[in-house]
Amino acid sequence: MAEKIGVYFDVQNIGGGLDVEALAARTREKWGDFVPIVKVCSVLADAVDEINADISSQQLDGVLLCGVSPRAEIGVYRVPAQVEYVNLREQCVLSYKNPDGSQPDFSGGAPEPLAIMAADYVNMGVVKLQKSQPPDSATVSGVRRVLVIGGGISGLTAALEAAATGYEVVLVEKSEQLGGAAVNIPVSSPLVPNWTEKQSVNLNMKISAVVGNPDITVYLKSQMETLGGQPGEFKATIAAPQGPVSIDVGAVVLATGWKPLDNKYLAPMGLECFANVVTAAEFGKRLLAGNVSARRIAFVLDTTIAEDAARDAAEAAAQQAQDGKMAEEEKDAGKFVKEDLESIRHLAYSNAVNSVGMLRLADSVCEQTDDATQAFILYKNMTVPGILERFYKKMQDRLGVMMTKADVTAIREAGNHLVVECKNTLLGMDFDLEVDLVVLPTGMVPTTAKDAVVRFDYRQGPDFPDLQLFDGFTDSNYICFPYETRRTGVYAAGCVRQPMTMDACEEDACGAVLKAAQCIEAASRGVAVHPRSGDASYPVFNFVRCTQCKRCTEECPFGALDDDEKGTPKPNPARCRRCGTCFGACPERVISFADYNIDQIGSMIREVVVPKDFRREGPRVLVLACENDAYPALDMAGMRRRTWNPYVRIIPVRCLGSVNAIWVSDAMSKGFDGVMLLGCKYGDDYQCHFVKGSEICSRRKENIAETLNRLGVQPERVEQLEVGIDEYDKVPDLIDGFVSRIMDMGPNPFKGM
Amino acid sequence: MSNAILVVGGGFAGLTAAIEAAELGRDVYIVEKTPWLGGRVAQLNKYFPKLCPPSCGLEIQFQRIRKNPRIKFFTQAELIGLVGSKGDYTAKIRLTPRRTAPHNVDFSLLASALTGEADNEFDFGLSKRKALYKAMPFAFPGRYVLDAKTLSKSDMARVAGAKFIDPTQESRDIDLNVGALVVATGWRPYDMTRLTNLGAGRVRNCISNMQLERLASPFGPTGGKIVRPSDNCPPMNVAFVQCAGSRDQNHLNYCSYICCMATFKQCLYLLEQNPNVRITIYYIDLRAPGRYVNVLEKVKAQPNVSFVKGKAAEVAQAEDDRVWLTAEDAVRGEKLKLVYDLVVLATGMQPSLAGVKDFLPLPLDEDGFIAGGEEAGIYAAGCARMPLDVTRAARSGTAAALKAVQTVEGR
Repeated sequence: MAEKIGVYFDVQNIGGGLDVEALAARTREKWGDFVPIVKVCSVLADAVDEINADISSQQLDGVLLCGVSPRAEIGVYRVPAQVEYVNLREQCVLSYKNPDGSQPDFSGGAPEPLAIMAADYVNMGVVKLQKSQPPDSATVSGVRRVLVIGGGISGLTAALEAAATGYEVVLVEKSEQLGGAAVNIPVSSPLVPNWTEKQSVNLNMKISAVVGNPDITVYLKSQMETLGGQPGEFKATIAAPQGPVSIDVGAVVLATGWKPLDNKYLAPMGLECFANVVTAAEFGKRLLAGNVSARRIAFVLDTTIAEDAARDAAEAAAQQAQDGKMAEEEKDAGKFVKEDLESIRHLAYSNAVNSVGMLRLADSVCEQTDDATQAFILYKNMTVPGILERFYKKMQDRLGVMMTKADVTAIREAGNHLVVECKNTLLGMDFDLEVDLVVLPTGMVPTTAKDAVVRFDYRQGPDFPDLQLFDGFTDSNYICFPYETRRTGVYAAGCVRQPMTMDACEEDACGAVLKAAQCIEAASRGVAVHPRSGDASYPVFNFVRCTQCKRCTEECPFGALDDDEKGTPKPNPARCRRCGTCFGACPERVISFADYNIDQIGSMIREVVVPKDFRREGPRVLVLACENDAYPALDMAGMRRRTWNPYVRIIPVRCLGSVNAIWVSDAMSKGFDGVMLLGCKYGDDYQCHFVKGSEICSRRKENIAETLNRLGVQPERVEQLEVGIDEYDKVPDLIDGFVSRIMDMGPNPFKGM
Repeated sequence: MSNAILVVGGGFAGLTAAIEAAELGRDVYIVEKTPWLGGRVAQLNKYFPKLCPPSCGLEIQFQRIRKNPRIKFFTQAELIGLVGSKGDYTAKIRLTPRRTAPHNVDFSLLASALTGEADNEFDFGLSKRKALYKAMPFAFPGRYVLDAKTLSKSDMARVAGAKFIDPTQESRDIDLNVGALVVATGWRPYDMTRLTNLGAGRVRNCISNMQLERLASPFGPTGGKIVRPSDNCPPMNVAFVQCAGSRDQNHLNYCSYICCMATFKQCLYLLEQNPNVRITIYYIDLRAPGRYVNVLEKVKAQPNVSFVKGKAAEVAQAEDDRVWLTAEDAVRGEKLKLVYDLVVLATGMQPSLAGVKDFLPLPLDEDGFIAGGEEAGIYAAGCARMPLDVTRAARSGTAAALKAVQTVEGR
């Protein structure tokens, strides 16, 4: 609660058009003793010493900087008081146009609507500071131990790297030995520059390094029973042969890899029908054991036959399900049932690993038989992207390896050999290839498609949400932030995230370890991880008024809230990403952050002066804008001299998920004529940095509309619009369009009441 | 000895490495050659596969930098010398003057009043810029740059009297003491003028894929309208030439990883703006690794997009500013010669260090990719190491950050 606030105007960055001295005078007059300092600075950047001096001489506990957008300034002014910003440049002066849409003439001083708008924004800034407290962080113990689940190439790398960074490691492996899928791959595709040579995987070296490292404890034949608690102080229970083992860990690297696609999917290509049709994985094993006697081998990368058959089968199954719809089994409401996400698509998703893998196997078999083998590689697209092209090139020139694009239309047995029918080849003709052995690609099915591997002991269930979106892979939805999942403190690495070659697995493991280490340090300091990294605030619950309605525990996108048997929420601040979706959900308004809360935004809304005369003095429209995308888009629109209706007042929110219905009520009872919610795109390709915020807001909006309807207010007075950060040239039109619809509707019936 | 980490290059991989290391409590310096952070991704309109804007991720990265006092960055800065050894390096940095005041002054009115113009390198020559400029609306730092060479005579007079501008600033060198380095110097689009059979950049309406990104960008030369440079008309018949320079011993002896996916994405741009546009893609292989095949299948399902397996042999000027394309259909064995409104060369990525001599005590391979350095505490990240897409560059940056942190740990 800032009680003595200094207000500073940055003339250089407000630009012409506004009478800053008059604005300062208005501010002094309105706030009196609450704001002992109001200064007009010609260049704010040069006034930092002065601000510091004021803070100590006047015991200021809040500083309000009025000038450029907070986006441009955060972090520049590190002073010993709470700092807030008033955006008088981008979203006020630069984006100003007259109410009739004409460009302003500043020669006669500031137009009245601009002066009113600026005063509103300054007053809202003062209130924001008054309703804000410096956050005190919620620290947890920050156990410096990383749990690595999975002992394959990614897990082994993660364990070694975490140990090398100074963390203890617990490694849990389901099988009886370390190594994972790499056990059958002694030699891999290239792992280091110059990317042309097959390479020894050196798996045994890695395994001995792990086993011999005093900081690494390995549990074989073990798997996760539960993971409870929160980052920094997770409680992992491991189902080990000696019984359940309970260990405190700070963060988790999930590296449980993949399982081969069920053979039934490859039956249309002859697998399990013909003895001499095998998968690449099986072929690798035989090669390793020296059991390959075939001398003409087809490596078939075109899997259209299998994909078509699977599609037909799926259609038939869907039809059958439709016909027998009555028979749908009742789900036990309380029990978690893992949806099996394995599908033929995993074959297509493994294209790059298979393309490189087939090249390696063909090379190995030729080498092993002193070039007495003929290897035919039949592909639709040779998916060897990037630097591994060099390896592909080398294989193109290799004696004994023949490659062609081909549509493989059938694989059949003829006598004691196999025939592969090839069409549309690069040889200028269709042909039947006679071989002794056919090797089929492997579909890599992530372990998380079949099983809730981590088994979270979370209120929202034991599995990652959203896995369908990624076909069962524990991938991130964010291109820029590949380690972000919806379970804070758990970072995926390797083929459980995407099919990838071993060099990529090792790199991925390093990245996941860094994120795990970061998460532990953040938890021990009580601050948030991505995307609000370093934020010390966290949601505080006033349980006295909680009605156990469970909305917050259900809606939190990150599963941060557990609950007790009565349904009272149990916060886990280290799981929390500080989006505020919980307080947006709460009908009793019992949740708040020290520096961001319901009362604060409500008070800012109420601070706006809403004139009684709609026609003469204009409507008032509130825009609640997501600070991650919509707010920057508005800033850029202003910088590009795009203008919007001056009767709009914009308040940034952390995420639309944090918008509580009470703010809309506050605005309506204050006399605002409309409320616009500007947020990110939602749906499968969502852009929301907090995953679900804008989607949840759109659902809540339906309830708000219903409430308004009951009160006799047109529900169209509240609209949610999706804005991308690059839609700066469109967003002013969105705003103006909304305002003009409001103008048509006329004044809010509650105005002046 | 120093615990600090120097990140060379402020593109996506470098930013990621710097921020991730700083958020693990290490002091980090970023040295970026251009006036703003963001690198190549800032020039892109959208990312595949979700078609989301790069500035969305950059916004978060920039906020992370603003809020983190452990990160210091230098723009218009170059690493010109490195002495010392792992754990204790002295890096000499040359700072080119910006010639504007260090606090976000809005010079847009003054800039638009200037008359001198230069080719806008950010738009690959598709537009002009003034002497006082900011390349992107989300520029970080949000400061203008004064390029004194481009000032006209009248500009000089205007600028001389302007507040917050100092045309006389000189460059200076500083020394940074660091324990480890991350080198994320990134890539440049392969130079079209070297592709002599594909028009060498002289055929009107034959553009590169990066130029198409600029045309599609809302802050590009056409405000996002994809038009032919010659007449500003939307093209009706477009060809994409894959592997323009890539997978070619005479040019880039590797696959550039992103160009197939970039083309599929650009097909979607074109179709969104004009559902009747006809598109032909000439390719050797359609490389959509992993779940990216979903994007390939989406584009394949478009009735107006066709695919020809075969490498384009020649691009030449046709009448009415149209473009001849000669190619061989490798499956049918036919030679094709067709005319298009617009031909897009899917040029690949060349490492920025290609052709750079003695940049650092770092081994480069024959194409200019970094091939080592770890034992010296120097870690390559992103496309300086190999061609990658954005998400893999981010992973690579994060991994390099870990290695750098381990190197300075406990000193």
